[in-house]
Amino acid sequence: MNTTDYKRRQMTGRGIPLPGNDIDTDRIIPARFLKEVTFQTMGEHVFEDAKKQNPEHPFNSPVYKGASVLVVGQNFGCGSSREHAPQALMRWGIAAIVGGSFGEIFFGNCVMLGIPCLVASQADLELLQREISRSPQSPVAVDVEKQEVRFGDRTIKATVPDGPRNQLVGGTWDSTAVLLEAGTAIETTARKLPYVAGF
Amino acid sequence: MARTLLDKVWEAHTVRTLPSGQTQLLIGLHLIHEVTTPQAFQMLKDGKLKVRMPERTFGTLDHIIPTTDQTRPYADPLAEEMAVHMIRNMTEFNLPLFDMSTGKQGIVHVIGPELGLSQPGMTIACGDSHTSTHGAVGAIAFGIGTTQVRDVLATQCLSMAKPKLRQVRVEGALSKGVYAKDVILAIINNLGVKGGVGYAYEYAGSVIDRMTMEERLTICNMSIEGGARFGYVNPDATTIEYLRGRQYAPAGAAFDKAAAWWKSIATESGAAFDDVARLDGAAIEPVVTWGINPGMSVGVSQRIPAPESAPEPDRPTFREALAHMGFQAGQPIKGAKIDVAFVGSCTNGRLSDLRIAAEVAKKGKVAKSVRALIVPGSQQVAKAAEAEGLHEIFHAAGFQWRKAGCSMCLGMNPDQLVGREMSASSSNRNFIGRQGSPTGRTLLMSPAMVAAAAITGAVADVREILR
Repeated sequence: MNTTDYKRRQMTGRGIPLPGNDIDTDRIIPARFLKEVTFQTMGEHVFEDAKKQNPEHPFNSPVYKGASVLVVGQNFGCGSSREHAPQALMRWGIAAIVGGSFGEIFFGNCVMLGIPCLVASQADLELLQREISRSPQSPVAVDVEKQEVRFGDRTIKATVPDGPRNQLVGGTWDSTAVLLEAGTAIETTARKLPYVAGF
Repeated sequence: MARTLLDKVWEAHTVRTLPSGQTQLLIGLHLIHEVTTPQAFQMLKDGKLKVRMPERTFGTLDHIIPTTDQTRPYADPLAEEMAVHMIRNMTEFNLPLFDMSTGKQGIVHVIGPELGLSQPGMTIACGDSHTSTHGAVGAIAFGIGTTQVRDVLATQCLSMAKPKLRQVRVEGALSKGVYAKDVILAIINNLGVKGGVGYAYEYAGSVIDRMTMEERLTICNMSIEGGARFGYVNPDATTIEYLRGRQYAPAGAAFDKAAAWWKSIATESGAAFDDVARLDGAAIEPVVTWGINPGMSVGVSQRIPAPESAPEPDRPTFREALAHMGFQAGQPIKGAKIDVAFVGSCTNGRLSDLRIAAEVAKKGKVAKSVRALIVPGSQQVAKAAEAEGLHEIFHAAGFQWRKAGCSMCLGMNPDQLVGREMSASSSNRNFIGRQGSPTGRTLLMSPAMVAAAAITGAVADVREILR
């Protein structure tokens, strides 16, 4: 597999701050928009209800149109496993997320789409969110390989666990081909399981 | 060295270590439903891929189906389209589908254990976060996204990292009127909604040991609400007796061999955990959520806490929760008026849940202002409940008796809150907008407490009704 185009070593774009903890995937995309057999329209409905209820919601602001680095709080993407949530963010334009912690299924879904989720300290997140609101046109550089985020003259530590980082940096996050490379070892492993082989 | 169930099951299903350092983990049972799979099947078709082990995937229809009139085509054209795709994909790839005609349709996390598909020592994946439910039988069971569903279909494997393990011990004796739902809500309140991130939970202790399988299913179901992608209970005599005679469980001499293996994969005594948490079961009272995540809860006799009681970073969420719910800090939760009562979902839609709700329903009539729904978790649950006459008890008390499905847990079918309606719900999530109305409000509680709220018209203490 040619992985060059898939490598997610570093990406630079404008930031969008979304303060608050425990923002769940129902909030990112309400369930009524899941009645679709494709993901194509998901970007149109990202934070649909939250945006209607809060005119100040960052995803309403023309200032952040075109932003690609989302900066969130703790436990972002908790709740439902719906891949529609990262699909909606991605189709809106988000290419990387920096936060305090992530719902694990959401995090895994992001990896499958090549969206790095980096973990930074609460103090650094608040700083980054403040800086982005102060200077929304300034670029934010997300360096997955070096595990840092740079903006202005500041650099903050932002980590990704080894496994997903290797997948993102190495361009192997779209995992079907990698998993298929195991070949018959898959069947060999299965046959050793008593519930597969028969008790 | 003594090993845990997680160690043993993980090792047995490890195909190899991937170049990234992740584990290539074999998935023993793959369950699918209509909402999170159409795109995965399309990806298979686009990539000209086959289903690697078609005998290890089973499907059902649950999320979008109406619970009243199930005549096809469904009234909602979008729901109909999803059902059409599911049926077509299952036929095309030659995978079994438990649709309405089988008598075995139901919520995917109700039918897996019910049919004996979910067994100890398996790895189980499904495109649904409440797949953690199946951990109750001693499986490693977790939710995945649609692209991962594609991987399981195409390779029967996932790229995964092994989590840390926290043992959650609940000791003592539960008081009357306190159920498995109260225990898991208390655990989540105690450890926090993100306390489980990076961990799997092993539930143990005398309270868990004494629980029936259906109670354990309720506990494991909500692991994800505490941030843990999966949770499990070690297989024991309760597990073995639960599985005996089920359709997909081994039969005859094979059952005894299976039972021996199931017992052998349990955590060994003296095994080390990355963390151990302890809860006193006797201190748990019926729990009600007051906020917008499942960790925001209080005992029914308590008052809604002030934002200042929370750590600084959580206070904005507290204030948002109070504003959304229309509650004041310091207000007792008991007496909060409700508009809707919902008993059902993969958390609490099993026969024992309906029996408890019926016992409470016998004590009164649904309050005039309340719309009350009982939605069985599966066709088999519905049939068993009807055989016991539970539906008649519900009808007599003014509850609506519906057909099986996910229903108002997430409001993808016509069962939805309207406007700012307040719902007493036996489901698993009180997120803003979760039950179908963007401004709707949800109070999570046990099925007994939902029934008590339905007949009172407000949050009530079921212990006073059952006295």
